[in-house]
Amino acid sequence: MLIECPWCGPRDETEFHYGGQAHVSYPDDPSVLTDEQWARYLFYRDNPQGRFAERWCHGSACRRWFNAVRDTRTHQIVATYRTGESAPVT
Amino acid sequence: MDNEFRLANAGRIDRDRPIPFVFDGTEYLGYAGDTLASALLANGVHQVSRGVHSCRPRGILASGVTEPCALVQVEEPFDEPTLAATTVEVCAGLRARGLSGKGALTSRPDPARYDTMYAHADVLVVGGGPTGLLAALTAARAGARVMLLDDQSELGGDLLAETAPLEGRPPIAWVSGVCAELAGCQDVTVLPRTTAFGYYDDNYVVACERRTDHLGTAAPERTSRQRMWCIRARAVVLATGAHERSVAFSDNDRPGVMLAAAARTYLHRYGVLPGRRVVVFTTNDGAYQAAIDLAGAGVPVTALADARPEVPDDLAKACAAADIEVLAGHVVAGTRGDARISGACLAELRDGRLQGHREVDCDTVLVSGGWNPAVHLFSQAGGGLRYDSQLAAFVPARARQRVFVGGAARGAVTLADCLADGARIGAQASRTVGLSADAAPMPAVLQRTPTPSTALWLVPDPSGDYRRHYVDLARDATVADIVRATDAGLRSVEHVKRYTTVGTGHEQGKTSGVLATGVVATILGVDPAELGTTTFRPPYTPVTFAALAGTDRGALHDPVRVTALHDWHVAAGAMFENVGQWKRPWYYPRPGEDMAAAVWRECVAARRSVAMMDASTLGKIDVQGRDAAEFLDRVYTTMMSTLRVGRIRYGLMCRADGMVFDDGTVIRLADNHFLLTTTTGNAAAVLDWLEEWLQTEWPHLRVYLTSVTEHWSTVALVGPRSRTVLRRLAGDLALDNASFPFMAWRDATLAGTTARVCRISFSGELAFEINVPWRHAQRIWTELCDAGADLGITPYGTETMHVLRAEKGYPIIGQDTDGTVTPQDLGLDWAVSKKKRDFIGKRSFSRPDTARGDRKHLVGLLPVDPDLLLPEGCQLVADAELPAPPVPMLGHVTSSYRSPALGRTFALALVEAGRHRVGRRIHAVVDDRPVPVIVTDPVFYDKEGARRDG
Amino acid sequence: MTAQDTADAVPELPATLWRDPEPKRGYDVVIVGGGGHGLATAYYLARNHGITDVAVVDKGWLAGGNMARNTTIIRSNYLLDASAGIYEHAMKLWEGLADDLDCPILFSQRGVLNLAHSPQDVREGVRRVNANRLNGIDAEWLDPRQALEICPILNISPDVRYPVLGATYQPRAGIARHDYVAWGFARAADRLGVDLIQDCEVTGIEVDSGRVTGVSTTRGLLTARKVALCAAGHSSVLAEMAGLRLPVQSHPLQALVSELLEPVHPTVVMSNAVHVYVSQAHKGELVMGAGIDQYNSYAQRGGLHVIQRQLAAALELFPIFARAHVLRTWGGIVDVTPDASAILGLTPIDGLYLNCGWGTGGFKATPGAGWCYADTIANGVPHPLAAPLTLERFATGALVDEHGAAAVAH
Ligand SMILES: Cc1cc2nc3c(=O)[nH]c(=O)nc-3n(C[C@H](O)[C@H](O)[C@H](O)COP(=O)(O)OP(=O)(O)OC[C@H]3O[C@@H](n4cnc5c(N)ncnc54)[C@H](O)[C@@H]3O)c2cc1C
Ligand SMILES: [Zn+2]
Repeated sequence: MLIECPWCGPRDETEFHYGGQAHVSYPDDPSVLTDEQWARYLFYRDNPQGRFAERWCHGSACRRWFNAVRDTRTHQIVATYRTGESAPVT
Repeated sequence: MDNEFRLANAGRIDRDRPIPFVFDGTEYLGYAGDTLASALLANGVHQVSRGVHSCRPRGILASGVTEPCALVQVEEPFDEPTLAATTVEVCAGLRARGLSGKGALTSRPDPARYDTMYAHADVLVVGGGPTGLLAALTAARAGARVMLLDDQSELGGDLLAETAPLEGRPPIAWVSGVCAELAGCQDVTVLPRTTAFGYYDDNYVVACERRTDHLGTAAPERTSRQRMWCIRARAVVLATGAHERSVAFSDNDRPGVMLAAAARTYLHRYGVLPGRRVVVFTTNDGAYQAAIDLAGAGVPVTALADARPEVPDDLAKACAAADIEVLAGHVVAGTRGDARISGACLAELRDGRLQGHREVDCDTVLVSGGWNPAVHLFSQAGGGLRYDSQLAAFVPARARQRVFVGGAARGAVTLADCLADGARIGAQASRTVGLSADAAPMPAVLQRTPTPSTALWLVPDPSGDYRRHYVDLARDATVADIVRATDAGLRSVEHVKRYTTVGTGHEQGKTSGVLATGVVATILGVDPAELGTTTFRPPYTPVTFAALAGTDRGALHDPVRVTALHDWHVAAGAMFENVGQWKRPWYYPRPGEDMAAAVWRECVAARRSVAMMDASTLGKIDVQGRDAAEFLDRVYTTMMSTLRVGRIRYGLMCRADGMVFDDGTVIRLADNHFLLTTTTGNAAAVLDWLEEWLQTEWPHLRVYLTSVTEHWSTVALVGPRSRTVLRRLAGDLALDNASFPFMAWRDATLAGTTARVCRISFSGELAFEINVPWRHAQRIWTELCDAGADLGITPYGTETMHVLRAEKGYPIIGQDTDGTVTPQDLGLDWAVSKKKRDFIGKRSFSRPDTARGDRKHLVGLLPVDPDLLLPEGCQLVADAELPAPPVPMLGHVTSSYRSPALGRTFALALVEAGRHRVGRRIHAVVDDRPVPVIVTDPVFYDKEGARRDG
Repeated sequence: MTAQDTADAVPELPATLWRDPEPKRGYDVVIVGGGGHGLATAYYLARNHGITDVAVVDKGWLAGGNMARNTTIIRSNYLLDASAGIYEHAMKLWEGLADDLDCPILFSQRGVLNLAHSPQDVREGVRRVNANRLNGIDAEWLDPRQALEICPILNISPDVRYPVLGATYQPRAGIARHDYVAWGFARAADRLGVDLIQDCEVTGIEVDSGRVTGVSTTRGLLTARKVALCAAGHSSVLAEMAGLRLPVQSHPLQALVSELLEPVHPTVVMSNAVHVYVSQAHKGELVMGAGIDQYNSYAQRGGLHVIQRQLAAALELFPIFARAHVLRTWGGIVDVTPDASAILGLTPIDGLYLNCGWGTGGFKATPGAGWCYADTIANGVPHPLAAPLTLERFATGALVDEHGAAAVAH
């Protein structure tokens, strides 16, 4: 895959490492969660067949994390965007 | 007789460069430009191998990468298994033998070099036939950065075997003209002998260039034998041509059966006659030219059987002129002969039945069952296929990537169409990369409208015996095998492939795959479109393991990291241990010492006098910023914000699941400035982990992380006399306990070098960690050696470090833990803050399973026999008698050593409810026998901590 | 290796495999996914529990998913008791399976070597061997010389980047022919009356007041008292149809095969540290697998760099492979859980059962998983061997962490 780092531009996939689903935020106060709720945060992630907002880190260059929307059926990347921004497409 | 089938002056071989070679023990003569197959045919060798199961003689069916049966093992210049004779170029020193399906690996180490190139192209053109050449030319003229790859030794593709004039000249002259123009373009790379074999996401095309094999023994030693080209292209043009296929008829496997186009190639490109007397069997227009050309070369063509009931007029006339009898609506129903065909049986095919059998003598049957566009790369790229009933073939349909297919690869049949395609898609490709392009002008060429071919896959057999109607010659699979599969209930071509093994040979079904689909369709009475093809997967042609491995071998397999003191360690005779990518001194044996003796001596020095270790591989991360303290509070279980400047604290990190991930020390350099150490193997992972949290969860925190592992060299100076040694170098730095207490650090000048000295101890002894810039490491190390010489200062390695820390019960993360261990399990509750509202991992501690009191705890073990060294990894059980399996296990030994300080062996172990068992006897299973051990506190030595102050 | 192991002959495959029935309107049990696990489950439901009103539905050709793509390594030398239990149960079934199914499956117990390349690998290997032996599983620790005796082409030179320091060995481990295993189960299930329905994609799971009632498919609605998911890489997609979210991620896993070669490699060698595992299959081809591609995918393909790295590692261990050829690479979709152990058991929806998460290593579990799953479905309570593999473990923290503890895949 060719991944467009929002900071560096398009680079080969081997320069990146993967971080799974994007936009999963750490709970405000884990101590108030039930075990089940905490397990959801720890272990449960979306796994859609189709477009997926996910995290990547440009480990071999700028070392920045960013997000991508990619189709898991085709590997086609529809958009990449910076951490903290919301997905430009869904 | 040498080269009895060779024409005097046809072909593109270099008659001035004869090359002797050996095949199956006999020496023959070939010429530069020959393939092994063409040279064998020239010498009248038609049988090359035998069928893998049937052991029937097998010859040469094709002329290129589609060859299913003429397999050879190359033995010289260097062994290589399973090559098609049609792809091996005759070279100096070549020796080969025929193979029945199975190659051989030899244990001779491969001396060749392999390398990899990464390239970018605006327009990548795969295939250097007429379509590809014109596409490349168009793109080059538009100013594109072009790469043109072709798997043959010279460009031209089918034009190498074409005679009809192009622009009024021999086609090859036109090819040379295009090549010359391309060669003159600055941004154009043309690679012959380069096969694109994989098409991956985002127009990433991978090719293998064969650089030296054709030179044989004359190949230069330093040139890589094969080169992987990894090409990222903005647009790709696939002009990969088409593959002729056979028809399943009885005994269609005998040497002498050859694809019609291959015969033409042997004739025109290599100047070789495939035989002396020929019968042609076709389902389409293509084979006519082969018949006419052979007749023109003086080979009698006894008959041309065209399965179509109607024969195109112009072709019929041309045949008549060449004295070739054309039999419309006829097929070849079978062949006879032994090692070589001696005759064929012709029959009329009417309403699906054969009639009017007629035997003719011949030594060659040329067959054309139609053409399969070479859609392999297109399909790999995610392109969809569609069945074209006019062509009786699968052709490209939707593309997913930016790829343009043209010429025979999309089903074009005539040269004119191929050329037009090339110009058109060359321009299209250029335009998609933002260049304005005009299609290169079409060379003038004869136009002819082809007549549709007929979809004949299988010649019916009156007796119903299909055991010799071969579909896959590589796998020896027949129509009877396919019938058996469909009779068993299979309908999917994937199932049939697996049941019969059709298409699994070295050429992955290039001649058999679509034919098998056709045969299944015929048997089941359905349209081939319903069945489709099996999946096309990389590689398009076989690629050597070594080429794919490239340069990542030997020392380059994974980088080796060494410290600034590495040379010193080597000179001192150290044995090394791999820790992550690092080479770390393991122990320093003196002459005559084994590991145990060396480690014993090193331990004694550290506990009794003074010893030193290169600890530079510890990961070091510099943390700065307004919120640095807050950040560290979140990622360590320990409270870090209360650490005073000038002091040091031990810290544990957990994953969010509460399991210990890493440990190390944190030193506070200034209010907003810390330095962390990590374990050697985990340095990169820890930095990644911290960055991940910082950037994705807490981007509002002002914190900056920098790896400084290789900025600082670290020397651990350990032992009761360490202060004495340090004092000799430290000038006026106060080293007494009051001025420089445990877990404090000081900047100092040591022997003229700026250093940061930390009072940290991983051994329980008085100890100093001296950090100096990497480039001063050698100096400080030798100064310390000199300063401590009279005290017997002793360098020690990781093993001694492990013994010393284990005597103190300090765990090694990754050895005494395994990703399922919490800080509490390790007995490190003291390093888990109770005051912090939250930190990574905290919530997980209260999960029911994690909060259990009877989890496995890190404890000490003392074997009842003080000489018994428990093997690390041995399991622990309750009783002295083993019950029948499965035996309940309590845990396992994580670390085990001989301790000079204790004068005996001891171990650390993870034991179920271990802390509740302290003082109790359990058993370690050593060589399947339980031996008694006593569970103890993990701290064995200096429980009061009296020694750390010297 | 016996002569039979290396004979290139295709064994005489059964002349009839299965009917290709039209789906009925309803079944007792509908099994979604006709891979190895689905087929084995159907077979044991019929054979062990007499439940034959069963359909196995698959969206494509039968056993065309991971079952058709795996590298067929079978072993039971897992570290943790929970894993060892079910894999060893499977191993015992493997040992009688060809007879039980009356079908050749080419199960060849040629042993598996797991190589150690660092002192920590050695500790882990020794730990696993010791645990295996106490669990009644054959296991040995070998030094490099002994490993060489088992596999004479292994490079045990100390002068390589990551020398072999030792190996675990399970003599009863080996390989089988994946397709034949699937067909053997399919044929046996078919004969007991199970309907195997191909080209039938499940598009919805029908649930009525907390109880499953059937599945909608591309070939119509099938009612069912019980629905058993067996969809491997697609488990998340199916579970979502029932409103369930799973702790599972789908990744590409690639493998490759060489041309047929004279026998050189008599066993199975796995090296986790350098990410390669290889055996020489019955016909003579080298079969190799690699690590997963890092990203989620349903595309059944991955990147070439994974293959390149794998071959570089393979040549370090087996320099003799330098001029062997890769004929074909491919990919499957593996369903990976956080602790690298499977999930097998009940779900919050009545009558809906779940079997997934076998990731890179579920082929070897096929008979064992089918056996335990069938029992679970028949009785409505987890089979004892499957009890530790529940969904609840992710909340309680009682993970079966082969991943953390042993880090051995496949
Ligand atoms: C490259 C590779 C190598 C491997 N190597 C090994 C190994 O050496 N040893 C080992 O033990 N394991 C190995 N594995 C893992 C093993 O293959 C799997 O764990 C196992 O096959 C999964 O179980 P299964 O056979 O039931 O899965 P599958 O064969 O994948 O079956 C799932 C089925 O569900 C069907 N399905 C999905 N969605 C639907 C739907 N909506 N409707 C209907 N049907 C649907 C699919 O079509 C598929 O047929 C490997 C896997 C891969 C990919
Ligand atoms: Zn970047």
